[in-house]
Amino acid sequence: MILHELMSYELLRVIWWGLLGVLLIGFALTDGFDMGVGALLPFVARTDVERRIAINTVGPVWEGNQVWFILGGGAIFAAWPPLYAVSFSGFYLAMFVILAAFIVRPVAFKYRSKRDDPRWRSSWDWALFASGAVPALLFGVAVGNVIQGVPFHFTDDLHTIYEGAWYMKFIGLLDPFSLLAGLVSLAMLVMHGAAWLTLKAEGPVQIRARAIGSVAALVAVAGYALAGVWLAFGIEGFRIMGDYATGGPSNPLHFEVERTASWLTAYSDRPWIMVAPVMGILGGLLTFLGLRAGREVSTLLVSKMAILGVISSVGLTMFPFIMPSSSDPQSSLTVWNSSSSHLTLFVMLICTAIFMPLILIYTAWVYKVLWGKVTEADVTGNSHSVY
Amino acid sequence: MEFGIVELSRLQFAMTAMYHFLFVPLTLGLSIILAIMETVYVMTNRPIWRQMVKFWGTLFGINFVLGVATGITMEFQFGMNWSYYSHYVGDIFGAPLAIEGLMAFFLEATFVGLFFFGWDKLSKQAHLAVTWLVAIGSNFSALWILIANGWMQNPVGAEFNPQTMRMEMTNFFEVLFNEVAQAKFVHTVSAGYVTASVFVIGVSAWYLLKGRHIELSRRSITVAAAFGLASAFSVVLLGDESGYSATHSQKMKLAAMEGMWHTETAPASFTLIGLPDQEARETKYALHIPVVMGLIGTRSLTTDIPGITELVASAEDRIRSGIIAYDALMHIREARDAADPAVMATFEEHSADLGFAFLLRKYIDDPRLATEEQIVAASNDTVPTVWPLFWAFRIMVALGFGFIGTMAYFFWRASFRQMHFPRWSLRLAVVMIPAPWIAAEMGWFVAEFGRQPWTVDGILPTAMSVSALSMTEVAITLAGFVLFYTVLFVIEMGLMLKYIRKGPFQDVEETEAWVKRHQNRLAGRQDADAIAVAAE
Repeated sequence: MILHELMSYELLRVIWWGLLGVLLIGFALTDGFDMGVGALLPFVARTDVERRIAINTVGPVWEGNQVWFILGGGAIFAAWPPLYAVSFSGFYLAMFVILAAFIVRPVAFKYRSKRDDPRWRSSWDWALFASGAVPALLFGVAVGNVIQGVPFHFTDDLHTIYEGAWYMKFIGLLDPFSLLAGLVSLAMLVMHGAAWLTLKAEGPVQIRARAIGSVAALVAVAGYALAGVWLAFGIEGFRIMGDYATGGPSNPLHFEVERTASWLTAYSDRPWIMVAPVMGILGGLLTFLGLRAGREVSTLLVSKMAILGVISSVGLTMFPFIMPSSSDPQSSLTVWNSSSSHLTLFVMLICTAIFMPLILIYTAWVYKVLWGKVTEADVTGNSHSVY
Repeated sequence: MEFGIVELSRLQFAMTAMYHFLFVPLTLGLSIILAIMETVYVMTNRPIWRQMVKFWGTLFGINFVLGVATGITMEFQFGMNWSYYSHYVGDIFGAPLAIEGLMAFFLEATFVGLFFFGWDKLSKQAHLAVTWLVAIGSNFSALWILIANGWMQNPVGAEFNPQTMRMEMTNFFEVLFNEVAQAKFVHTVSAGYVTASVFVIGVSAWYLLKGRHIELSRRSITVAAAFGLASAFSVVLLGDESGYSATHSQKMKLAAMEGMWHTETAPASFTLIGLPDQEARETKYALHIPVVMGLIGTRSLTTDIPGITELVASAEDRIRSGIIAYDALMHIREARDAADPAVMATFEEHSADLGFAFLLRKYIDDPRLATEEQIVAASNDTVPTVWPLFWAFRIMVALGFGFIGTMAYFFWRASFRQMHFPRWSLRLAVVMIPAPWIAAEMGWFVAEFGRQPWTVDGILPTAMSVSALSMTEVAITLAGFVLFYTVLFVIEMGLMLKYIRKGPFQDVEETEAWVKRHQNRLAGRQDADAIAVAAE
């Protein structure tokens, strides 16, 4: 076990910071349209056949898509254990709500069309709506909180303590900025779901999806721009003070952290990161135009570009911070103090380098097999092997 | 026992884990049975085998989705309710969980959609490959989860880092090839295969009793009995292997399962039944079988197996050594990089016992200030409650032998008695359906309850592993899970029963035509067969 010394601890940390982004973005690009379709379901599809068309556009792929989320959780656990410990216990009740959504959603997909009873089906349709819309909103809310800093601190033993009463772990998250972030996230995933439905469905489902999706795209762009202005003038940033080691032991208490006037100084330090917000805004506007024009494949691609830009802009702006603490800045989690050990990061990187390309290849193959529209004939004529 | 945040969190974890494991074994076993059936279909081209794959596949799907959904809970719970655990061992424990996602779960989940949706989109061979990939993915999932769990039972390949206040990996291959993990993996997947076999035989038996779907049921029993017989042998033998590896790694668990209060001179006898009495440290009305325990536990006639009383004494020594380690740790932590080499050496010498000092945290914040009474109390805490372990283990083992008997009988009838099954045996098969689930839950109970008071054996006590949450929060989520899981269970059982009652409903005409031709062929009416083929 000497091989891992070939790569510096610092480099491995930066790579894993990037991979964390890759997983979150992979999740948003794939499971994102599942959630978007769920959130759109009651509005784009009125009759049972229409609903089944919408559901079957994601029917064969949602299971694989959801694994991006599970793998994201696993990778945070393995590569950033303190982040996993702080965020999952700190956002306790919010996590439970997200968890409930992720339990209900698979079941709703799978069980909805297994009985003919209209009440049964409409209950599951609402379950699909809620389990798509609520997590889409809450993921944004969580990001909004992380940007502003989360009230937690570490004890000397590195126990994490979340400040405030228990209900603040839910109610306390819903401040105006975080709600705006939640709105951006929801609008963005609705836009993405609409782009997906435009590609995979036709007729009234597609027409409604395009109409709602183009509004969502504008809301997402406007909300994102507003959040940017808010960040420039209303929200303080964080900075690590003095000399510090980027390859030292992962102990947050070894660092000194202070507040700064704004996160956006990152853009003068590293001007190239401008590319991320530009992609976000441009992607959103192009998705709006694409949905209007009824373009199918290219709309989905620009929608992906928007998501890529928006999510990576958050990470790049905050770097090297991952989860700052508002109540005790010294406890803030950064790339340099909250990773796994040198060896674990290396072992995990080898595994990722082997399996991630395979995953991408076979996932692409599955999407290729399933290429094409889901039509009314597909769901009515073939009701035994579809949802 | 006082009921606090630790107990509530444990209750929640136990409940959600055991609920999750209602769905896992059937997924593990049925995925392989589906792949076997589809292999026969592709080789023989007989439509009845495709119908079998689709029918059992429908039941597989109803079960699979809840396994997936409740599995997410498990991943979340470590961070939500056990955040100190997550911090303390995430460096080792997180890796197999993440690799499970990368290597296994992605495979399984990506292809399971095509298994259901791909019948008309793929060639026969490609669909068969998809089915096998689902089965392989499911089973590899179990491998990585059990490597993670095996590390909690036998924490190898890691050491404590005073700078980061956590365990860190020193050797990935030791974690991977942990003997406990490997034995547990084969034992657990075999249990899944037995579960699926019993399920397939039970449902098929019900059809035969009703006189429905005779051809499908007899073939299903034939496959499941052969598969199940091999698996039932494997589950018992590998369970024994687990016992053998526990002799090295978890002596206390083994002693508690056996109700062995004192070291016996080798070769130890096996207590068949009895009434363990925790207070008096004796097992009343015990019925012993000589020599057997020594053979299971040590594979020799001369090695002693330590009893509970002796293990408590050794725990007391380790607590004292752990206090020395804790004291050195405090000095190292204060000095950061500039620690005195002598203190470092002291720490190295005693660091293996650091976890034992943490057992005192239940009584006092600083283990160095512990009184003699507290040290004695903490060493007594290392004994898990014996009677539930003692009985759960015996129920599991008895069921295990029962599965070997049942599977052997059905295998014999299927292979050498023209698939003719007496009615009593069919009724027995239906009644047996819940048995493998009971055995599997008992097995997990023994593995996890038997590890108490530790989450990671000898390293981190359960009481220290929990998150800093309020009782209210954990009670809310616990109530949420109970409500939620109960509703899902009722819905799942309802659908399962509905689709079992409905029976196979896909490819019906094609299959029936084939069955008719096949029966004619068996009756030697080749001419009729030719007419039937020509008529299609």
